[in-house]
Amino acid sequence: MDSTAGDDTAFVRFENVQKSYDGEALVVKNLNLDIAQGEFLTMLGPSGSGKTTCLMMLAGFETATHGNIFLDGEKIDNTAPHKRGIGMVFQNYALFPHMSVAENLAFPLEVRKINRSEIKSRVQRVLDMVELGDLGDRMPAQLSGGQQQRVAVARALVFEPSLVLMDEPLGALDKNLREQMQYEIKHIHEQLGVTVVYVTHDQSEALTMSNRIAVFEDGVVQQLASPTELYEHPKNAFVAAFIGENNKLIGTVTEANNGTCTVQLDNGDVIKASAVNIDGVGSKTTLSLRPERVMVIPEKDMPDHMENVFEAEVLELIYLGDHIRTRVRVCGDDEFIVKVPNTGAGHHLAKGRRIDVGWSVADCHALDAS
Amino acid sequence: MDDQTTSSGLVTADGQPLKRSLQRAERTRKLTALALVGPLLAFLLVIFIFPIGQMMWRSVDNPQIVNAIPRTLEALQEWDGEGLPDEPVYAALAEDMRADAELPRREQWMGRMGVRLNYELSGARGAIARTSRAVDEFEPPFKEAFLDAHRNWGNPELWQILEREGRPLTASYYVAALDREYDSEGKIVLRDENRRIYVSLFGRTLALSGIILFLTFALGFPIAFYMSTLPMRYANLLMICVLLPFWTSLLVRTTSWIVLLQQQGVINNAAVAMNFISDDQRYSLMYNMQGTIIAMTHILLPFMVLPLYSVMKNIPPSYMRAAKSLGAKPWTAFRRVYFPLTLPGIGAGGVLVFIISIGYYITPALVGGQSGRMISNEIARHMQQSLNWGLAAALGSMLLVGVLILYWAYNRLVGADSLKLG
Ligand SMILES: Nc1ncnc2c1ncn2[C@@H]1O[C@H](COP(=O)(O)OP(=O)(O)O)[C@@H](O)[C@H]1O
Ligand SMILES: [Mg+2]
Repeated sequence: MDSTAGDDTAFVRFENVQKSYDGEALVVKNLNLDIAQGEFLTMLGPSGSGKTTCLMMLAGFETATHGNIFLDGEKIDNTAPHKRGIGMVFQNYALFPHMSVAENLAFPLEVRKINRSEIKSRVQRVLDMVELGDLGDRMPAQLSGGQQQRVAVARALVFEPSLVLMDEPLGALDKNLREQMQYEIKHIHEQLGVTVVYVTHDQSEALTMSNRIAVFEDGVVQQLASPTELYEHPKNAFVAAFIGENNKLIGTVTEANNGTCTVQLDNGDVIKASAVNIDGVGSKTTLSLRPERVMVIPEKDMPDHMENVFEAEVLELIYLGDHIRTRVRVCGDDEFIVKVPNTGAGHHLAKGRRIDVGWSVADCHALDAS
Repeated sequence: MDDQTTSSGLVTADGQPLKRSLQRAERTRKLTALALVGPLLAFLLVIFIFPIGQMMWRSVDNPQIVNAIPRTLEALQEWDGEGLPDEPVYAALAEDMRADAELPRREQWMGRMGVRLNYELSGARGAIARTSRAVDEFEPPFKEAFLDAHRNWGNPELWQILEREGRPLTASYYVAALDREYDSEGKIVLRDENRRIYVSLFGRTLALSGIILFLTFALGFPIAFYMSTLPMRYANLLMICVLLPFWTSLLVRTTSWIVLLQQQGVINNAAVAMNFISDDQRYSLMYNMQGTIIAMTHILLPFMVLPLYSVMKNIPPSYMRAAKSLGAKPWTAFRRVYFPLTLPGIGAGGVLVFIISIGYYITPALVGGQSGRMISNEIARHMQQSLNWGLAAALGSMLLVGVLILYWAYNRLVGADSLKLG
C-alpha cells in the first residue's frame, strides 16, 4: 500500500490538489479531501467555484496541475478515464441519442464483454430499480426529463461501480420532480451502499441528501461537515450565509474568553456571542444568527437564559402557514428576520409595533469579518 | 378486449371519429405550409422543372422524318423490309421532296431530316442534300433516278432506318446512349467494341465520383473534427481556409491546379529539383484521371466539411466523456458513440459531393484530358459540337434518373430526414 495514502479508511482522497486551466488563475486551490467508502459526499458551492473541475479530475477528464488523487489507495493520476471504473451522471444526462434506453444501459456491460444473457438480466434489473421496467425500447428523446434522469442514474450504476459521480444531475428538472428524485437517489445510495460524490449549487438539495457536505468557494473548501454541523455550527461567514437563512450583524470584538465573546455593534449595542472564528479583541467580526433561533419575548416575562434581549420594531409580516416571517429593525439592522412559529396562541404582532426579541449566546456565532 | 381501445373506435367528445378530426386539424396546417412554399414552387416550376421536362422530351422527340416525308412513309407501309422498296415509294419520295422545296425556307423539313438521318447512317445527309437539289429534273421511273442521284438510295439500311424512325417518338437516342444499335433485322444489339463509349463513361463517372467522395471524406472528416474541438476563434480561422476556395473563381482554381500539376509544373519541378525523380520520369498528374480526382477533391471538399462540421459542433463533448466513464476505450467510444452521431453529416456531405461530382463539367474538361473525362463532358460535346441534342438529352436524362435512383436508395437505407445540410 502506498504510504502517502496514509489513512486507510479514505476511499477517495484529494491530496494538495491544485488546478489551473490557463496558467494564470487557480480554479482549485490546494484541495485536501477524504471520502469514506459508502459515503454520500456533496460538493456545494456557487457557480464557478470549481466543483465540476474537481469532479472531472476525479473522473479523469482533467488532470490536476499539482497534487495527487487516490482511489481505493491507488494513485490514479495517470489512469485513463475508462480504466477508473467510476460511474458518472452528467448534468445534461449525456444519454446516447442513437441508442434505445436498453442499449444505453447495455453499453457499459458490452464494453466489458459480459455475455448477452447476463447483460439482458442486469439491464432489466436496473430498469426495474429506477421504475422504468417497460421503457427499455424507447429512445431517449421519447422520455420525459425525469425519466431521462433515471436512465442516466441507472446507466451509471448498471456496471456496479463502487464510486458514482453526479454533476448537478437534477438541475434541469422542475421543483417537485427534483425533490422526488432527491429521495430516490438517496434511497438507491442507501440500498446499494455505493460511494457517491454529488455536485450541486442548491443548498437544500445538499442538506437533504448528504452524509457530509464540502462547501466550496473560489476553489477552496470552506467547511467540510455533516449537514447538521454545517447548519448549526458554520465555521465562517460564507458558510453561514450560503447554507440556510441567516441574520448578519457586524461589529468589533471587545472581550473574549472561554469560548464566548462580547461584541460591540456599530450602533453601540453590545451582544454576547459564542466565539467561533474571531481574530481576538479589537478585530472585526460578523455575527450569524438563524431566524428561527430568535425568540419574540412575551411582555413582562423576561427569561433569564436569554443573554441578549433587544427592542425591535416590526416592519413587515408574511404569513407562511407554519410560521410567520417577521422582518424587524433591531440593533440598527433593517433586514433582520425572525421566524415566529404559528402556535395559535398569537403574539398580536402587527406592523409598527414594538416588541422584545432575544437569543442565546450558543445560537449567536461570532465569525470572521468576511 | 375493450372496443374503445382499438384505434378505429376512438371518437372525440362530439362523437366524430378521432382519425377524421385529426385529419381535419392537420389539413389547415398543410394548407399553410403549401402557401408558404407556393411562390418558390412556382418559380422552380418555371425555371427548373419545365426545362428539365423539355430536355427529357427532346430525348424521345422525333419530328423530322414524319414531317419531311409523310407520303413516302405511307407508301413504305407496303414494303416487306427486304432489299429495296418499289417504284411507288420512290415516286412518293420525289413528291415529298418537291412539296418541301415549295415551302418557305424556314418551314422546310428536308435539311433537318438529313441531319437526323446522319446520326443513324453517315452520308445520309449528303444523299438528301444532293437529291433534293436535283429532284425537280427527275422523270419516272423515279427509282432509277434516285439510285443515279446518290448511291445511298440503293442502300437497304437507309430505307430500314426511314421506316423505323418515321414515327413521332423514338428510342434511338437511348439505344445509342447505351452503346447499342439496331442490326439489319431491327434487333437492338451491342455496338462494335471500339465504338462503345457511353456505358463505360457512365461507369467511369460513377467510379471517379466514388473516389472523390471517399477522398473528401477521408480528408474532410479529420479537419471537421479538429475544427469542432477548437475554440470559436480558431475554428473560424480554419473555416475561412476551408471556405477560401468558394470565394475564388472556379476557373482560377482549376488553372492554378494546371500550374501545379503539369509536366513542367511546380510539383514536378520540385520533385526533379530534389532528385526524387529524373527529368525524363516526370509524373503525369494531369490531363488524365489523377488530374480530375485531385482538382475535384479540392473543389468539393467544402461540401463535405461544412455539413460535417455543423453536425460535429453540435455533439456535446459529454457524450464521449460519458462513453469513456462507462468503460469504453477511446476508440470504442469513438466508433460506437461519436461516429454514429456524425452519420447525418456524412450522409449530407456524401450526397452533396457525389451528386455534384457526377454532373461536374468544367474541371474534368480542363484538367481531365482523355481518360479523366466524365459523362457531362460528353453531353456538352453533343450540345456544342456534334449538335446532337437528342443524344445529349438522352444522356442527361439518364444521368438525372441515375441521381434520383441513388437518392432514393440513400433515402431507403438511411432516411433523407436524417440529412443535416447546415
Ligand atoms: N475547460 C475549461 N477551460 C478554462 N476554464 C475553465 C474550464 N472549465 C471551467 N473553467 C473555469 O474554472 C472555474 C470553475 O469552473 P467549474 O469547475 O465548472 O465550476 P462549478 O462547477 O463550480 O460551477 C470557472 O471560473 C470556469 O470559468
Ligand atoms: Mg459545474
